[in-house]
Amino acid sequence: MTIHRRRILLFALLAALYGAVFGLFGAAYGLRMSVEALCYALIALGLTIQWGYAGLFNAGVMGFVAVGAFMTVLISFPPNEAFWNSDMPARLGQVALYAAAGIGLTWAASRLDGIGLPRRLRTLVTVMTGAAAWLVVSATLDPVARDIERQAGFIGGLGLPVLLGWAAGGAAAGAVAWFVGRICLGLRSDYLAIATLGIAEIIKALLKNADWLTKGTLTVSPLPWPVPTPEQAGFVWARASYLALMAALVVVAWALLERAWRAPWGRMMRAIRDNEVAAAAMGKNVNRRRLEIFVLGSVLMGAGGAALVTFTRIFDPAGFLPLNHTFLIWVMIILGGAGSNLGAVFGALFVYVVWVMSEPAALLLFDAVREAGRDWFGWHAPADLDSRALQARVFVIGLTITLVLRYAPAGLFPERASTRPPAPSGNRKG
Amino acid sequence: MNEIVFFVNKVVVAGLVTGSVYAMGAVGVTLVFAILRFAHFAHGDLMTLGAFIAFVLTAAFPHAGAAVGLPTAFVMLPAAMALTALLAIWIDGRFYRPLRERGAKPVVLVMASVGVTLMIQGLLRLFAGTGTRSLFIDERKDIFRLELPFELARRKIVITEPQVLVILFAIAAALGLHWFLTRTRTGKAMRAMSDNPDLARLSGIDTRHVVRTTWIIAGGLAAAAGTLLSLDVALKPDMSFNILLPIFAAAIVGGVGQPYGAIAGGFLVGFAEVLSVFNWAILLRPLRPYLEGIVDLPARLAFVPTEYKLTVPFVILVAVLVWRPTGIFRGKVI
Repeated sequence: MTIHRRRILLFALLAALYGAVFGLFGAAYGLRMSVEALCYALIALGLTIQWGYAGLFNAGVMGFVAVGAFMTVLISFPPNEAFWNSDMPARLGQVALYAAAGIGLTWAASRLDGIGLPRRLRTLVTVMTGAAAWLVVSATLDPVARDIERQAGFIGGLGLPVLLGWAAGGAAAGAVAWFVGRICLGLRSDYLAIATLGIAEIIKALLKNADWLTKGTLTVSPLPWPVPTPEQAGFVWARASYLALMAALVVVAWALLERAWRAPWGRMMRAIRDNEVAAAAMGKNVNRRRLEIFVLGSVLMGAGGAALVTFTRIFDPAGFLPLNHTFLIWVMIILGGAGSNLGAVFGALFVYVVWVMSEPAALLLFDAVREAGRDWFGWHAPADLDSRALQARVFVIGLTITLVLRYAPAGLFPERASTRPPAPSGNRKG
Repeated sequence: MNEIVFFVNKVVVAGLVTGSVYAMGAVGVTLVFAILRFAHFAHGDLMTLGAFIAFVLTAAFPHAGAAVGLPTAFVMLPAAMALTALLAIWIDGRFYRPLRERGAKPVVLVMASVGVTLMIQGLLRLFAGTGTRSLFIDERKDIFRLELPFELARRKIVITEPQVLVILFAIAAALGLHWFLTRTRTGKAMRAMSDNPDLARLSGIDTRHVVRTTWIIAGGLAAAAGTLLSLDVALKPDMSFNILLPIFAAAIVGGVGQPYGAIAGGFLVGFAEVLSVFNWAILLRPLRPYLEGIVDLPARLAFVPTEYKLTVPFVILVAVLVWRPTGIFRGKVI
């Protein structure tokens, strides 16, 4: 079977799957699933360039998704009059000034060796200045945050266009990625995985607990849409126009990435991934290129996360789960084939349907187990069997990851070794 | 004086306990790092798994502990450690060795370990649910209150039996590890393989044996850390990712591949966590009469609110990666 025929077959299968969903559950539900799957496709494209183009393991996709989602709330949610009409913005500005002063002082302290202070003493002074500034800023922020929570709920958004919010989401996610990447790239490859895992959990903790900024677990809704909302246009039309927007975004992102992949830039990335030492010897700045792609991928993740949360219309920081927003996406891209953009899109569309459908399937299966257990062995199922059934899907995700890595490391859409000569036997590509 | 006793209760005891748990986890992580050269993401869930095995054993023999006067789960610890070690070897054979033999990059192994962690999580939730359990099934937690021989200290030093056991066990484990690494053939082989795997293989060291030993130590210590932590607090099936970050931070601070560094790093991270969530206002309280009118003492003066405890290991990790990527004890960077 040629590669082309195989691809056509796979996409036909996908189309049949979506046709079945539309047929069985109706257009409104089918559209919802398609839109969400396309949002995941955008995130997956971001991840596939990090992993497939550069071999970077981002274990904290959830964090970038959450940052993007939060930024779109901050930019596009209608302004909160209760907040803007009080003295809170001024007080918040004051805290910001304190913070800026603290950062400035700490930075100045870190330069003290320039005027003859011994380096050890300088480090000590810097650390102490930083700690003191931190204590002062958090002590001044606390009462302001408490007052905002009590009097205005939270600071609200800026009421700007939604697409601007998505762009800001991507930019913010990129900024976080730049910070993490600056520190970790160039060290062992696993450090990036550890650091991204950590930053994702921290971002989640921050969004969950900083009630004055994000409303925390009280959740923000309804988020504005870039297209007419269901109240204005009805479910089917509203979702269809959202779908069109997302499809356009995914196609544009895909086309640009595909072009970059074929361009000298893409060749350089593959060279760095496959043989870092040789690429460095050719004069390529390995860490800079990696940082570039890490930031670029995270921008896509942030924008995709913003689109995803905008579509669900509710911003709930507790709803960001490593399983749904990190590892599900990993399954999508390694199943699709690392380094294959088409594979990432296919993987996202396919895995998302399977994931959504696995929920009722797991419930059905466990119901059957419960019945059988009761009828045959007199077994009393635990009361929370349903929630356990859903949790058990974690196992399937893990199993899929390990099985694909072991038996089909190239995925369904293997990266085409277009113009490369056959790999030598000592090839260390994994 | 009361304030100092409070400090001891809240910081010294808690820091020692947390540090011991982190140290035991970090030793396993650092050994896997050193011998197999990848970050073992399933370590947190290996700990949960070990604790869960101890829980099942405790439920099966609820009165075994009364005979020796220790908590049953602690008596069951050797069995749980052995079982977890066996499971760790099995997991390695199933999921990591095939990739290693194919010559996969370390980062692929990291991903495989993420897959393993999800599988363990799924199985634990399937069979045990997501609720929190106590490892004290039929027993009570003994609490020791130590009177201090000073007039001024009316407060007592409070320490629970599991806390004493954690600290003692960690000390014993550290001594045992030191003896093993410096005095036995296998231990020396491990150090050799960590320093230079190719040279070790050339000198006729049985790498499979070394790998197996690594998993025995890592799995056993993970089970011990998980069980002792659960004895002290409670058995939570969802701690995996939350405990992973401090453990990795400890291993990296100590220098990757340096077991002693991992122990030091574990205590460093543990104490840093405890110190940064500690409410320093309490220590300053006796000074209040002198500070009156100069500064207002806030009721709460902590570096980090408890909800953001996870930022502490992260900040430590970032600081080490920026200033001294080799860690305190000069570990491997590549």
